[in-house]
Amino acid sequence: MTTPSSTASAPAPVPAKSDAAARPDFDDNRTTSARARVQQLLHANPTLGPLAVLVLAVIAFTVSNPRFFSAPNLSLVLAQVTVIAVLALGQTLIILTAGIDLSVGAIAVFSSILMASLAVKAGLPGPAALVAGLVLGTAMGALNGFLVTRIKLPPFIVTLGTLTIFFSLNSVVSNSETIRGADMPGLLTWTGTAIPIGGFRLTYGSIIMLLLFALVLFALRNTAWGRHVYATGDDGEAARLAGIRTSRVLLSVYTVAGALYAVGAWILIGRLASASPNVGTDYNLDSITAVVLGGASLFGGRGGVLGTLIGALIVGVFRNGLQLAGVEVVWQGFAIGLLVLVAVSLDQWIRKVKA
Amino acid sequence: MTAPETTQEHGSPGPTAPVLQAKGLIKRYGRVVALGGSDLELYPGEILAVIGDNGAGKSSLIKALSGALVPDEGEIHLDGQRVRFGNPMDARKAGIETVYQTLAVAPGLDIADNLFLGREQRRPGLLGSVLRMLDHKHMRSEARRHMNELGVATLQNIGQPVESLSGGQRQAVAVARAAAFGSRVVILDEPTAALGVKEGNRVLQLIREVRDRGLPVILISHNMPHVFEVADRIHIQRLGRRATVITPRSHSMAEAVAIMTGAVPPPPAVA
Repeated sequence: MTTPSSTASAPAPVPAKSDAAARPDFDDNRTTSARARVQQLLHANPTLGPLAVLVLAVIAFTVSNPRFFSAPNLSLVLAQVTVIAVLALGQTLIILTAGIDLSVGAIAVFSSILMASLAVKAGLPGPAALVAGLVLGTAMGALNGFLVTRIKLPPFIVTLGTLTIFFSLNSVVSNSETIRGADMPGLLTWTGTAIPIGGFRLTYGSIIMLLLFALVLFALRNTAWGRHVYATGDDGEAARLAGIRTSRVLLSVYTVAGALYAVGAWILIGRLASASPNVGTDYNLDSITAVVLGGASLFGGRGGVLGTLIGALIVGVFRNGLQLAGVEVVWQGFAIGLLVLVAVSLDQWIRKVKA
Repeated sequence: MTAPETTQEHGSPGPTAPVLQAKGLIKRYGRVVALGGSDLELYPGEILAVIGDNGAGKSSLIKALSGALVPDEGEIHLDGQRVRFGNPMDARKAGIETVYQTLAVAPGLDIADNLFLGREQRRPGLLGSVLRMLDHKHMRSEARRHMNELGVATLQNIGQPVESLSGGQRQAVAVARAAAFGSRVVILDEPTAALGVKEGNRVLQLIREVRDRGLPVILISHNMPHVFEVADRIHIQRLGRRATVITPRSHSMAEAVAIMTGAVPPPPAVA
């Protein structure tokens, strides 16, 4: 047994050894430059790059304004990031299957309006309104999945269509009016309640967010379903030939994503202390940004939820840090757009890892 | 030149019954006849090569045997029992494993995950039944055992993603998976088509290993030198039917090509 990585030698012909000679010998004789090593390292550990960006950003912003690293400010960053992180979690699952979901913001906002309307206008008790909203959000995700798998439309087109439909229904149901949190049952705004830990304020919404990340992380790493999600995104045809029912995997992914968006809607109500039909237009791109910054590939099969969490934190840290550094809002978007382009270019480079 | 050989190392049909047998398979697509009553016999312990020109019905024949296509007429027998395959999963459950030309591996997953793709094993006890947790450790050790059995011992890291492997190594993973789970028959569709000379030879060696472990192999290939190197018998498909069966000893490569293309009338089956 020889170690495969360190063989920088010339490809030597296989010597005629007694037993081994007759056997196929798949030696890998590869020369590895430092550049290729970095490429391979990032390829093997896709969260390493985003993590480095996050740490550097935190250090840089703290140096530029020490107030950045204060407990109240970090609490604010986390609270701001929570909703996007949950939406990006669902988006991650879809992007892992080489899909994309443009309806994420619409589903989240419409679900929050449904929860609030059912409680305030229809007079449902809090738990019933919450459950109904979660079920309806899940159903919206399932509808996307149905259209992708049964009608076999590209995810981009499907979710572009449902995005418009859900936003339109959202306006109809809400009558374009915001519902105040004070009018709602306490359960709906509970996610915005914070527990103080020293100077740090951790909201229940953030705790739910972290639990959801742990749950999806476990499912992706330790269940057959998780392996199938990756295989389907990697090469759908190969996965099908290996006996995986890829339509079922896709349908489950869109449905689970819908459920996650609906939980995001609940956290959104707590965060805003209201349900507004007019928020969430930038949630689509923000969630995709978080996923891409987290190192997932838009071509599917590569990435993970830890990366997405880091990606969402990068967006939050950049927005907040640039603001504290006195950078105008218009330039914050510029900086984040630039980050996305760098991240995608890096992904392209990593994917070209030498076979 | 057409004298039947009586002594063969492998795959002597003789009195032994075929493992897999197709009788009069017919498949039509509208007015196009892909299979016009095709037969095939695969005997225990042999490598049967299937060759034929484009459109001769090779892949339709193989698809029918691997469940990817349901023939309009005809019968398939496995160990003498009539079987009907509605989809690839049926054939797989019956013990027929197919390695498709497009390499049914997921590039981003590692070797162990790929070997068990679609057949993942869960942890025993509550962790497996309630949490549906996978038994990574067991699958890895099993994967290593299967790779070692086929002599692919130089693949050290079973947790290495398949995309970091060379074409031959990937093919080795696909063949190892087929050999690990195929209990009756292994079907290989153009396994050496995308490989260089050196790696192609290694895969041929791998195919011999599979046969020597007792699994009969059907090998579809365009590569005549490869076919003549490993095949025990050669099934020549022409115009949707079996033209004849020859062996590498009874006929030359040029003769096989002539029969395949219809330049000479097919001789009676040699084996």
